[in-house]
Amino acid sequence: MSAKKEIWVFAEQENGKLAGVVFELLSEGRKLAAKSGYTLCAVLPSAGGKPMHQELFNYGAKKIYNVEDPRLQTYQNDYFSKVVYSLIEKENPEIVLYGASTIGRSLAPTVAVMGWAGLTADCTELDFDTERQILLQTRPAFGGNIMATIICPDHRPQMSTVRSNVFKKERVSENETGEVVEVKIDLSGVKERMKRVESVVEEVNTVDLKAADYIVSGGRGVGSPENFKVIEGLAGALGGAVGASRATVDAGWISHHHQVGQTGKTVCPLVYVACGISGAIQHLAGMQSADLIIAINKDPDAPIFDVADFGLIGDLHKIVPEFTKQINALRS
Amino acid sequence: MNIVVCIKQVPDSDKVTIDRETNRLNRAGVPSIINPFDENALEMALQLKDKHGGKITVISMGPPQAEEALRTALSHGADEAILISDRKFGGADTWATSYTITLALKKLADPVDLILFGKQAIDGDTAQVGPGVAHFFGVPMITYAKSCEVTENGFRVQQVTDHGYNVWDVEKPAALTVVKEANQLRMPSLKKKMAAKKAEIPVWGAEQLQPDETKIGLSGSPTKVNKVFAPPVKLNKEILSGEPADMVKELIYKLREKKVL
Ligand SMILES: Cc1cc2nc3c(=O)[nH]c(=O)nc-3n(C[C@H](O)[C@H](O)[C@H](O)COP(=O)(O)OP(=O)(O)OC[C@H]3O[C@@H](n4cnc5c(N)ncnc54)[C@H](O)[C@@H]3O)c2cc1C
Repeated sequence: MSAKKEIWVFAEQENGKLAGVVFELLSEGRKLAAKSGYTLCAVLPSAGGKPMHQELFNYGAKKIYNVEDPRLQTYQNDYFSKVVYSLIEKENPEIVLYGASTIGRSLAPTVAVMGWAGLTADCTELDFDTERQILLQTRPAFGGNIMATIICPDHRPQMSTVRSNVFKKERVSENETGEVVEVKIDLSGVKERMKRVESVVEEVNTVDLKAADYIVSGGRGVGSPENFKVIEGLAGALGGAVGASRATVDAGWISHHHQVGQTGKTVCPLVYVACGISGAIQHLAGMQSADLIIAINKDPDAPIFDVADFGLIGDLHKIVPEFTKQINALRS
Repeated sequence: MNIVVCIKQVPDSDKVTIDRETNRLNRAGVPSIINPFDENALEMALQLKDKHGGKITVISMGPPQAEEALRTALSHGADEAILISDRKFGGADTWATSYTITLALKKLADPVDLILFGKQAIDGDTAQVGPGVAHFFGVPMITYAKSCEVTENGFRVQQVTDHGYNVWDVEKPAALTVVKEANQLRMPSLKKKMAAKKAEIPVWGAEQLQPDETKIGLSGSPTKVNKVFAPPVKLNKEILSGEPADMVKELIYKLREKKVL
């Protein structure tokens, strides 16, 4: 069975709203498409896809597989895996990319075992080996202590999940066009074994770490919940958001919505300022891909300095307020 | 109620490093532990059993020494343990692992009501085996479960999402992956510890499980490791020290030079 020369991006949506990671995957997918000569496509299962098409084209999809069914309004693993797998069986794409979201991390492994496909989780780098015609999927393992490049030589499709904020999103233009392929998939035979009875969004407009250009994060070195004001002060001056290490979240100094790292959020701001954070591998896993990292720590041997572009050795309680003061002076 | 908890023995990943010259893992002397998230799955099972009675079977696939992890699970209160181990299973990726574990589930004498996994393993961090087994075994799957209550026909499960949570009603048998926030594993009791030492732990290999040999181990695995390497380190870093006001002044100057301020 020869695979169709297509790269698919799973266009994750709920209630007609596409997830941000979809645009990041399309942006990265364009590079893979350019290198491989494959066609970049979006797979859009939803209750009504039309309003989402333009955005998908704008980010580089040349073709959209549009699957509509009222049962696809919100995510349900049995329905979505049936849809995506049926499509894969029919069209044989070479590569399928998913966001490593709650949804992607249920869907992708299910689809992988429905067929006999390779799946690599949480890739931080994707590349195409033109000689062997395979996808090179690089990811951290052992909590980030090592990196591994995974390949899938003999099975198709080659599938990866990627966390949000690992790749940058870049629109091609405001008015791209492409092909829409309408696909009907019969879901009537899928037994409803699970039903969502409630869905709660907790993080309305608390901390938008994912969208922030500047993030100032505090660690155990901040010393107390009150002292987080110092961190907030700098974040405010920079017009950014407040992040935190797990040590401070566990101590109850700040809510877990602020936590950055392996078990918190992955962020990719322009500038990340780590204050009183030692730089444990689990913390680094969430912020290492920031464009520029500034570390403020009194211990010159703290591992955070290994990943920093700028390191300031000293007491954060003196340095951070000074930083805030000088920024404010600059701005006024 | 029959609950199966799938656990993995992992190296304490904080302590695994890579030799920057040879690109080999330094695993010598690194202690093995039960994957921390699997402890939450085990505790969820124990709490359900406290309330509703039943039996907890722990299953682990791995080398012979993974038996140790199973004994630990017994000391915390699991009733029975099974080790899936065979040289033929070695080198399995998540696909082949899911396939192999499913064969063991199918071989269990009593019908299973609930299969629990940790949300992911800290060595590979893939979070793929739970959903894989659920599909092969033919049961519905809810990932990232924070709580689970028994209902008339199955379970009511709270699932942690990227922005909040969902509540699901799922029929039984079902499979869940469990998050850290769910609970904390209770201490082992002395009595159970003693019993765990002596417990008989059957080992199921290819002979017992009768797999399709093309679907196990390295050859059954669609993904292969192409190479491993040390994460890159930053080379052009600047370390400043001295008076806060001077350091910050220099920093701001440099940031403006780089046009990020
Ligand atoms: C499975 C697992 C998952 C994890 N997930 C995460 C995660 O998602 N995110 C996360 O952050 N952690 C995570 N951790 C925890 C992680 O291993 C570390 O324990 C944690 O990041 C440490 O936080 P910290 O740097 O604030 O504290 P510490 O390690 O205690 O560091 C405090 C630092 O502050 C410095 N300091 C103290 N006082 C001052 C001062 N006055 N001025 C300047 N510097 C000062 C010290 O020199 C030190 O370097 C995880 C751990 C495990 C096992």
